Amino acid sequence: MELIVQGIIKAFELILSFDPEVMGITWLSLQISGTATFISLFIGVSIGTMVALTNFRGKRLVISLINTGMGLPPVVVGLFVTILIWRSGPLGFLEILYTPYAMIVAQAIIATPIVMGISLAAIQNLPPNLRLQILSLGASRLQMVWVLIKESRLPLLAAVMAGFGGVISEVGASIMVGGNIKGYSRVLTTATVMETSKGNFDIAIALGIILLILAFLVNLLLTQVQQRQHPR
Amino acid sequence: MKMFRNSRLIITLMIAALLVVSGAANLYAAPKQKNIILATTTSTQDSGLLDVLLPVFEKETGYFVKTIAVGSGQAMAMGQKGEADVMLVHSPDAEKKFVAEGYGINRRLVMHNDFIIVGPGADAAKIKGVKSSTEALKQIAMANALFISRGDNSGTNSQEKKLWKAAGVNPENQKWYQQTGLGMGQTLNVTSEKKGYTLADRGTYLAMKKNLALNILVEGDAALLNIYHVIEVNSTKWPKANGEGAKAFAEFMVSKRTQEIIKSFGVDKFGSPLFFPDAGKKVEDLGK
Amino acid sequence: MNNILTVQNLIVQRGGVTVLDISELNVEEGRILALIGPNGAGKSTLLLTMAGLLKPDQGKIYYRGVPVDNNANRSRMRRNISVVFQEPLLLSTSVFKNVALGLKFRHLSGSEIQKSVGESLDYFGISSLATRSAKTLSGGEAKRVSLARAFALKPELILMDEAFNSLDPPTRETLMEDLHNILEKTKITAVLALHDRDETLRLAQDVTVMVEGKIIQSGTTAQIFNEPDSEFVASFVGTETILEGTVQTTRAGLMEISVAGEIIEAVGNFLPGENVYCCLRPENITVSPVMPEKTSARNVFEAKIQKIIRQAFFYKMILDCGFPLVAYITVSSCEDLNICEGSIVVVSFKATAVHLMRREK
Repeated sequence: MELIVQGIIKAFELILSFDPEVMGITWLSLQISGTATFISLFIGVSIGTMVALTNFRGKRLVISLINTGMGLPPVVVGLFVTILIWRSGPLGFLEILYTPYAMIVAQAIIATPIVMGISLAAIQNLPPNLRLQILSLGASRLQMVWVLIKESRLPLLAAVMAGFGGVISEVGASIMVGGNIKGYSRVLTTATVMETSKGNFDIAIALGIILLILAFLVNLLLTQVQQRQHPR
Repeated sequence: MKMFRNSRLIITLMIAALLVVSGAANLYAAPKQKNIILATTTSTQDSGLLDVLLPVFEKETGYFVKTIAVGSGQAMAMGQKGEADVMLVHSPDAEKKFVAEGYGINRRLVMHNDFIIVGPGADAAKIKGVKSSTEALKQIAMANALFISRGDNSGTNSQEKKLWKAAGVNPENQKWYQQTGLGMGQTLNVTSEKKGYTLADRGTYLAMKKNLALNILVEGDAALLNIYHVIEVNSTKWPKANGEGAKAFAEFMVSKRTQEIIKSFGVDKFGSPLFFPDAGKKVEDLGK
Repeated sequence: MNNILTVQNLIVQRGGVTVLDISELNVEEGRILALIGPNGAGKSTLLLTMAGLLKPDQGKIYYRGVPVDNNANRSRMRRNISVVFQEPLLLSTSVFKNVALGLKFRHLSGSEIQKSVGESLDYFGISSLATRSAKTLSGGEAKRVSLARAFALKPELILMDEAFNSLDPPTRETLMEDLHNILEKTKITAVLALHDRDETLRLAQDVTVMVEGKIIQSGTTAQIFNEPDSEFVASFVGTETILEGTVQTTRAGLMEISVAGEIIEAVGNFLPGENVYCCLRPENITVSPVMPEKTSARNVFEAKIQKIIRQAFFYKMILDCGFPLVAYITVSSCEDLNICEGSIVVVSFKATAVHLMRREK
């Protein structure tokens, strides 16, 4: 109990003193996970929408694959990304192992199926005739898709929250492909793991609290937008 | 997209995201050519030694060191695949094999500290003050007292296995023998929580002492020396490895100035040094 | 005859089953055509195909005489047609933006959009709803918005699927009245899928009756209602009594037909000995308590009331006058005349009220 209190006190000390290292780690976490979520939003929404709107052989299989992907274990993603991008791997020439780029790639891979699955379900949940109604009003195919995406904006915002929440709190892949390098690829989760193993529980708790606050603030912002869109 | 200019929500989100992304892009503009991947043991990172040494090295040479702190076993596995450029490890037998097989070159002695056997104050196996480490392990086994092993093929773990072998005890599958698969710091935490015994390096133990309910029970045995070598990955075998950077780092580690820093590291905080610089010495002369 | 849209030899299949098989259907410019038929007759499928939203497996669609056979043609046709679906299908934004949607797809300027949307909202009496969120509307309001959205495009042709479905009766009444006036005022050609004969009578000028994906009769509303050419159409458009008879004598278009031992006089062109159906609409039958002293009706029978079934505003009576007959009586007359099941009454109907159809065998 004393440890937790100490940790909380330490957390506020670190936050209020704008400890440059902690601020750096926090900002980096936000940037990496934000970028990864942003990328996953593009890929996830476009593929999710495409799958929802087209009929093809094996569609059910594809949908179950996407749904399975929503629960991709981060360490498995980390492992495969590592194998792909290490020096002797097929993408080794990119030289991005142990860089924030690699973390973005891994986190985007984790978040994409989440965003894809939710957007797929969102588009499928729209009334089946809505598509035809929009086309009949003279929309081009692109205009139609855009209207459908806009119409699903509430679940899509939920998808962004789920994706961001998944990657900012993820540690397995980040530590494998990022290496937890000080001042370069150390993010809140990997730093928390390291401080725990060093026995610096107060700092670990502080980092954990900052992570929670960050996740909370981002979700608060998105919920705010969502609720403004949807009065009542 | 003139028709949806009123979608303020989407535009706001996009701008926010772009800000984050562009900020990120700036930050990642780290030196690309002059990267060195250092595979090392958790003990060097967890003790804080690297946090002191690396900035000096980076400032001096302009290299950017990416430290991947893992067990010695994994560090050497990385070296074996050419995924690291230089290694700072403490698993002498595996290191010799590694160099003999041509994966590494220029293995040089850097420093040592020592292993200690730590355990709870109650000391059920009554090993406090026992001089021989193998004797102490035998007593733990006899008493069926809980022993926590890292079980991760790290330098500490191979040292521990070597000691069990010398003691003539096979602890595998024994009820009193548990493996964490974690780093030194976490294993110490686990040991402390479970009131068990474990083999630890002195540096990590001292750094974490304040949070542990563990005492040093056995120390000073010559068999407990923990010796760190720096090894450059053979860049003729792995052309992608940064041979020059590795050499620069290895030379930095054995340089006089660095050895001085190692000597004084930790004195202010723990009252005694965590590591003893040994550059240029012979392994046989250590601990005398 | 100026056809705005023609479909020919249309076949639409779903899962290997033919759901639509139409050899020809014309939509005449400026007219209002009702597609009627039971559920599953293929009305909605036909509307979607006509709108170019569903690609037929076979057959051709002509829009103003030009075959619609490529994407360019199809999207040009689509831009001249508005479709109103059964559900309102509104987007979760304001009413104004919903109505403006099609105009935005056409990249019209803000002032043009403002003008057209305003006009269309006005037509349907919902200008006051412009800034409301579409998700907060009642069923009737939502339906009006979806109609306004279609009319705002000033289409050449409007297709409506079951426009009045799932609306409560008063809402339905006023909307039907408004739609009728608007169609009359705008002179927009319309095809309405309906399954209610009252709606058909009030809105449509032409009627096409469909069953199981096929057209079984097309004609003006009067033709369909008064001269159904099959038993199915007859019962569907509301002819309650369909009797099997044989022509006995014929004299200057007036024929005597024997039906279950009785003789019914009717007008038509059949030869003695031919088998026919005699169709009688209940609203053409007069019921009185005693033999009327003077009547121009040629057919007068005594009848026993078998059953009285209460409907919304009237009673439906099943009578036995040697042959079965269905007639209506208002609730108040029923009470005035003190009629109940088992009473004996007199029914009468004109020879011209009997619609004759050829009957095989």
